[in-house]
Amino acid sequence: MKKEEIPQDDGALGRIAKEVTYVVGADGKYETAQSTGWDVKTDALNVAWGEVNSKIEAARQKVLNGEASPLLYFMEKKIMDLSILSAYTGYWKWTIKKHMKPSVFSKLSEEKLKKYAELFEVGVDELKKPFG
Amino acid sequence: MDSINQSTVANGFHHLQAAHCENGVTTALLKHYGVHKLTEPMAFGIGSGLFYIQLPFMKVNGGPAISFRTMPGLIFKRTCKALGIPVTRKKYVSPQKAMQELDERLIAGKPTACQVGVFYLTYFPKEYRFHFNAHNLIVVDKQGDDYIISDPIMETLVTMNSYELQRVRFAKGAFAPRGQMYYPGDHLNEATDEQIRNGIISGIKRNCRDMLMIPGSFGGAKGIAYTGRNIKKWKDKLGDDKARGYLAQLVRMQEEIGTGGGGFRFIYGAFLQQAHAYLPMDELLQISQQITTTGDKWRDAAIQASGIYKGRLGTQADYDNMGDRLIEISQLETKAFKQLKEAIKKAK
Repeated sequence: MKKEEIPQDDGALGRIAKEVTYVVGADGKYETAQSTGWDVKTDALNVAWGEVNSKIEAARQKVLNGEASPLLYFMEKKIMDLSILSAYTGYWKWTIKKHMKPSVFSKLSEEKLKKYAELFEVGVDELKKPFG
Repeated sequence: MDSINQSTVANGFHHLQAAHCENGVTTALLKHYGVHKLTEPMAFGIGSGLFYIQLPFMKVNGGPAISFRTMPGLIFKRTCKALGIPVTRKKYVSPQKAMQELDERLIAGKPTACQVGVFYLTYFPKEYRFHFNAHNLIVVDKQGDDYIISDPIMETLVTMNSYELQRVRFAKGAFAPRGQMYYPGDHLNEATDEQIRNGIISGIKRNCRDMLMIPGSFGGAKGIAYTGRNIKKWKDKLGDDKARGYLAQLVRMQEEIGTGGGGFRFIYGAFLQQAHAYLPMDELLQISQQITTTGDKWRDAAIQASGIYKGRLGTQADYDNMGDRLIEISQLETKAFKQLKEAIKKAK
């Protein structure tokens, strides 16, 4: 890539830190320059977030319909899966699956709720009632 | 975002921004402890950082598992080994102990590298915070409850409090860092030209091996063609939606911070140029140009892929075009590394 070809598009990272890029200067020698972002990358990232958001929305519907506890919603919101959630909480995956049933969730101890709430970066109240 | 003025760091550490985190950590840390000759591309080349693999039967975030780099930690390890530098790397079960031992080093004025997860990395933009656990940064100093962090992706020093730092050091999921910290010996001698020359030769030899000799069809330069052939089947096999997601994932793995496909080629091109100063063989400059060309072709392929995942393109011919681009890159990189392998045999 030549120096004048460095993309300078708007990017989420570029707003915080411009990225170092290795480019070929006019004399044919490599040098470094900065890039604010590249639409091709931003679009790829947006596709990934689109997939995440549709999972979050599906989970939200399930919670609203009473088919799952809010844990499912927050798990998707934090881009986690059962393995990651299990690793963070120390609960077995099947325990977490049980906690995702509304009937079991409503009986969870304050201590367990707090553990989940901290992980999901919300208060216990919001954990119990995520949609107000 | 908190940004710290460079002059506030008592132990004289100098922040260095880099294209890739592990290169940056390696270069900045070794500089601090006495090795000034190393640049980011040199660390990348001596550490044989360039790679390609698509792991079959494995999925990451529901998409193809593709990597453009060697295993995390190897660039630092190999570079230090080549320069005769002792390395300490520690993992912890107890977060308290992990923080305490880090604190002890900081009190002694010794900046220390940590492997962390980016999901809870407070100063990163939210858009980039996935559960990626092989990020590297240097903890430079501690002031009150705040740690001064030199993250090679950032332009300046940043801070995290003890709770935040502990959380990213004990991120969970694939490649969980388990509190890992690492550092070289304290007072290092400047690397000799001879050491760097030998490091360049062994680094190139190892990278040729990784790109040319990995058994199976999915690793090294030929692995790029494996992905290319796969892509041609994605539309039929997965349907448009999923195929688009797969291509977006390929580009993310290729161009994202901490990975960089096109970007890695350019760093390697820069390495071969800089290596020429220690190992004056014209082949290095010619092959540097070839690698630059493949880097450009990786970028062009990313543009083609984006046409598909943006929905502007989408016919089978468009997927075939994308697949053929990777097959061509595979051939060009195979050729470049074969020439490099022959050339480096002559080096003494």
